[in-house]
Amino acid sequence: MRTSRTVEILVGMFLVLGMAAFIMLALKVSNITTFTENDVFQVTARFENIGGLKVRSPVRMGGVRIGRIGEISYDDQNLEAVVTMEINQKYQKIPNDSEASIYTAGLLGEQYISLEPGGSSEFFIQGDEVEETQSALVLERMVGRFLINASDQTNSSSDN
Amino acid sequence: MLDSLQRLGQAGLDRFQRLGQSVLFLITVVARMMAIVRYPSLLIQELYSVGVLSLALISISGLTVGMVLALQMYTTLVNFGAEQMLGPVVALSLVRELGPVLTALLFSGRAGSALTAEIGLMKTTDQLSVMEMMAVDPIRRVVVPRFLAGIISMPLLATIFSAAGIMGSYLVGVGMLGVDDGAFWSLMRDKVSLSEDVLNGLYKSILFGVAAVWIAVYEGYQAVPTTEGVSRATTRTVVHSAFAVLGLDFVLTAIMFGDY
Repeated sequence: MRTSRTVEILVGMFLVLGMAAFIMLALKVSNITTFTENDVFQVTARFENIGGLKVRSPVRMGGVRIGRIGEISYDDQNLEAVVTMEINQKYQKIPNDSEASIYTAGLLGEQYISLEPGGSSEFFIQGDEVEETQSALVLERMVGRFLINASDQTNSSSDN
Repeated sequence: MLDSLQRLGQAGLDRFQRLGQSVLFLITVVARMMAIVRYPSLLIQELYSVGVLSLALISISGLTVGMVLALQMYTTLVNFGAEQMLGPVVALSLVRELGPVLTALLFSGRAGSALTAEIGLMKTTDQLSVMEMMAVDPIRRVVVPRFLAGIISMPLLATIFSAAGIMGSYLVGVGMLGVDDGAFWSLMRDKVSLSEDVLNGLYKSILFGVAAVWIAVYEGYQAVPTTEGVSRATTRTVVHSAFAVLGLDFVLTAIMFGDY
C-alpha cells in the first residue's frame, strides 16, 4: 500500500486528467460556438419544395456559414414550406432583396440555404421575409424529367 | 408437471426478490451517502483503487480502439472519396457510443469485480460483522465510499477513453493514412455538437457508472459468505453489469438520439 500522500496526488492527477479530456472534447472536438437565441435575428423564406433541408442545417452566404435553420413548417393556405432562418446578429447588412436557394453540398452531402446578395440598400431585419426563393433540386424529379425527354427524343427520331 | 411449474414460479419469485432487495439496498446506500463528509480520506483511497488503477487499461484500450476504428473506417470511406469524414465518424462513434459502453464494460471487469470480491471477502472473514459490533455502520464505512468512487470515476474514465480514442485515430488517420490534418479537425468540430453528442455521452456514462457499481457493491454485500459464494458473486457482477449496461444503452440511445 502506498503512502496516502502519493495516493492523494495520483487521485488529484486522475481528476485533472479527466477534466482535461472533457475540455479537449468540448473545445477541440465539438463546436462550442453555436449561436445562442440572443445573438441571432430571424428571417423567413417560403419554398415550393425544401428537399432534404432539416432544422439546424446551415445558412451560407458566399460559402460562409452565417446562421442556421431554426424552424420548418408547412403553410397549408398558400401550399408552401416556410423556413425560419436564424442569422447571426453580426451580419446586419444583408440586402433585403437577396435570393435564397437550397443547394446540396457535393453530390450526396447535406442540404443548406445559400443567400445570394441582391442590390438593395435596405437590409434584412428581424421578422423579414425573403421574396426571391428557389426550391431544392430534387434528384429524382430531375432524373424523371431527363428520362421523359430522352424517350420523347427517341420517339420523335423514330417518327422521322 | 406441477413440480416444474412450481420450480418456474420459485425461480421467478427469487428473481423479483433479489431485484427488490437490490433496490432497497440502493435506497439505503443513497440515504447514508452524506456520511462520506466524515471520512473523505476513504473516498480518496477508493478513487485511487477504482479510478487511478483503471486508468492504464482505459487509456490504452481507448487508444487502440481509436486506431483500429480509423483503419477500418478509412478503407470504407475511401471508396466514396470521403476520407475527410474520418474525423467526424470516429469522433461521433466514440463520443456517443463506444466511449461510454466500452468503458463501462471494461470498468465492471476491472473495478466492479474487484469491489465485489473485496466486500464479499470482508463478509466471509466476518470483518463486516465485527464493524457492526464496534458500532461502525459497514454501509457508511465500506459501501458508500466505493459506490461514490465508482460514480465519480466512470464519467472521467469514459471521457479519457474518448479523448484517447480520438488521439489514436488522429495518429493513424493523419500520420499513417495521410488524411488532411486541417480537414480532420475542422470537419470533426463541424459535425460534433457539445450539447447533443458530448454531453449526452457523458450522461450515459454517469448512468452506466451507477448501474455497474450498484450491481458490484450489492453482489458483494449479499454474497454467500463462502469461497464459492464470493466467486459466484464476482461472476454475477460482471455478467449482470454487461447486461445492464447494454440494455440501458439501447434505451438511452433511443431516448437521446432516436428522433434523428
